[in-house]
Amino acid sequence: MRAVLQRIGQLGVVLVLVTLFTAFLIDLVPGDPTIPLAPFATTDQRAQMKHELHLDRPFPERYAEWVNGVVHGNFGCYYGTSGYTAAKSCPDSVADRAKDALPISLLLMFYAQLLALIIAIPLGVLTAYRAGSLLDKGINTAAFALLAIPNFVLALVLAYYVGTKAGWVSPTGYVDFGQSPVEHFQQLALPTISLAVGQVAVYMRLLRSDMIATLQEDFVTMARAKGLSSARILWRHALRPSSLTLLTVAGLNVGTLIGGAVVIENIFAIHGMGFLIADAIFRRQYVALQSYVAIIALGYVAVNFLVDVLYTVLDPRIRHARAAG
Amino acid sequence: MPEPLAESAKAAEPATPVEAGVQPLVLDPAPAVKPTVEKAATKKMGIVGWIALIWIIAIFGAAIFAPLLPIPKPTKTFLLHAGEGPQLAHPLGLDGTGQDMFSRVIWGARASLLVSVASVLFGLVGGGVLGLIAGYYRGKLDTLLSYVFNTFLAIPQLVLALAIIAVFASEPTVSVEKREFWLVVSIGLVSIPIIGRITRASTLAWSQREFVLAARSMGAKNRRIIVRDVLPNVMPAMFSIALLGIAVVIVLEGGLSILGVGVPSSTPSWGNLIATGRNELTKIVGAAPQVIFAPSIAIFSTVLSLNYLGDVVRARFDVRESAL
Repeated sequence: MRAVLQRIGQLGVVLVLVTLFTAFLIDLVPGDPTIPLAPFATTDQRAQMKHELHLDRPFPERYAEWVNGVVHGNFGCYYGTSGYTAAKSCPDSVADRAKDALPISLLLMFYAQLLALIIAIPLGVLTAYRAGSLLDKGINTAAFALLAIPNFVLALVLAYYVGTKAGWVSPTGYVDFGQSPVEHFQQLALPTISLAVGQVAVYMRLLRSDMIATLQEDFVTMARAKGLSSARILWRHALRPSSLTLLTVAGLNVGTLIGGAVVIENIFAIHGMGFLIADAIFRRQYVALQSYVAIIALGYVAVNFLVDVLYTVLDPRIRHARAAG
Repeated sequence: MPEPLAESAKAAEPATPVEAGVQPLVLDPAPAVKPTVEKAATKKMGIVGWIALIWIIAIFGAAIFAPLLPIPKPTKTFLLHAGEGPQLAHPLGLDGTGQDMFSRVIWGARASLLVSVASVLFGLVGGGVLGLIAGYYRGKLDTLLSYVFNTFLAIPQLVLALAIIAVFASEPTVSVEKREFWLVVSIGLVSIPIIGRITRASTLAWSQREFVLAARSMGAKNRRIIVRDVLPNVMPAMFSIALLGIAVVIVLEGGLSILGVGVPSSTPSWGNLIATGRNELTKIVGAAPQVIFAPSIAIFSTVLSLNYLGDVVRARFDVRESAL
């Protein structure tokens, strides 16, 4: 328990540093930040805008204001040309947009992760069991090649051949599950596949090498000596101890997935977090950008924290070591 | 110390969320945790390795000497043949405005490889120095650096690079040089913590060795020990990361191009060829898929070759270590 609390403390420090960094980054924008918002404003108007946007306040004060807002569920406002009024009205709030976009991105990443694991785990177990065989070599070579296909290339090729040419699905857009479950999966199929393929190769190769090591351990020989079937040994005895690295990497890979999702969402015009981030950059909405990056960092850090906790559930050695310590 | 014990101790206290397996995150799909026995046999130079090496040399050579090659200028238009597929004079076909794809892919290699190599070098120097310092001196400095690394690792690479470019070089009128400079800086910065952590781990292991102790007992200065004793042993791992890293950055530049902040499209790069080729694919009639396929295949074969060579280097390095 103490270890968990300590970890939470460390996460807190990392989060503070991340948000400080993103806030500071926005501060580094060269030139006048109001120029992109209103290219033809006069000097007086600019001063007025800066005042309304609180850009004339010192950095610590603005950071404190932002943190205070976030704690109260207010992630700031999109700047408007009519002026940003932090205290008064907020016609275009970052929190509202994130509320709509976040579930879409989470769902997309969840599907991709699920699909990748569903394909990778049986393949990993199979290739480890038949290590060195022609089948193993073939699958491994294929996986190695898959690793070299960038997800955006796959996405474009799929969108062109499956979407535009064959016309099986519309290559852009998103449909809510509640609206039409069938169309929902149709629309997310291509983005999910584009994101999952690279991960399949990573997970499969990882599980294979861990599994080969596990299969050489004494308890597997013991299980075999008891006359257990190969399937039972593989799935019940060997998979669990072999899945620890896989779990960690699956957690860490969420970072890669987020990056991938940003690009994929833009290709398929899915209005998730990635779409919002790219949009915020082009519209110079730096407060929005700062909040989105913070939300993503929070999610990423939280996922890895959960993975650590799950670790202890999966591996009794760690569980007991922690209980003793 | 017996192997399994060390394993479980390491797993028991991953000091930070991103501790346990940072390598696999981007640069290292199959970490060398346990299976050193099995791995030594798998990746040898072999025929495939030589093909990969030849491809890499060829593509780098073509990129460097592109202005001297007997190919049309990447911006020259053959209007009569616009959108046509591969043919004798234009082996990779032409794009919608009649530009030769073969020439554009070769000129694109220039920008893509320049950005990749430069940013990996940036990351190697920065991450290498910080990793060596953290791993060798340990203590407070190490804790501090680890926090900095973890902070940057808490933001997904693409998002971080995107944010940095957004702040410094996202105006639509930006010059090619300025955008390329910031691409290198942002991607380099993003790779520093990744390379730093790997270097640190490797340094930690090597600086416990007897020959480092021997050097120290002979009165060698810390800086000399780092440069003369630790660095040469950490180098192979860093070289392998560099090869894999170049591959990762080529893809990253492509992703950033899709988002509109890669190399500006006035100078072809593999990424922006694909990004601008997207529009070509939306044509219902007369679409020319080669505008996507030509640069995609260039990326694919280069990334594949670099991954393979990176694995070969790593396997060699592992063999030597286990033979000691």
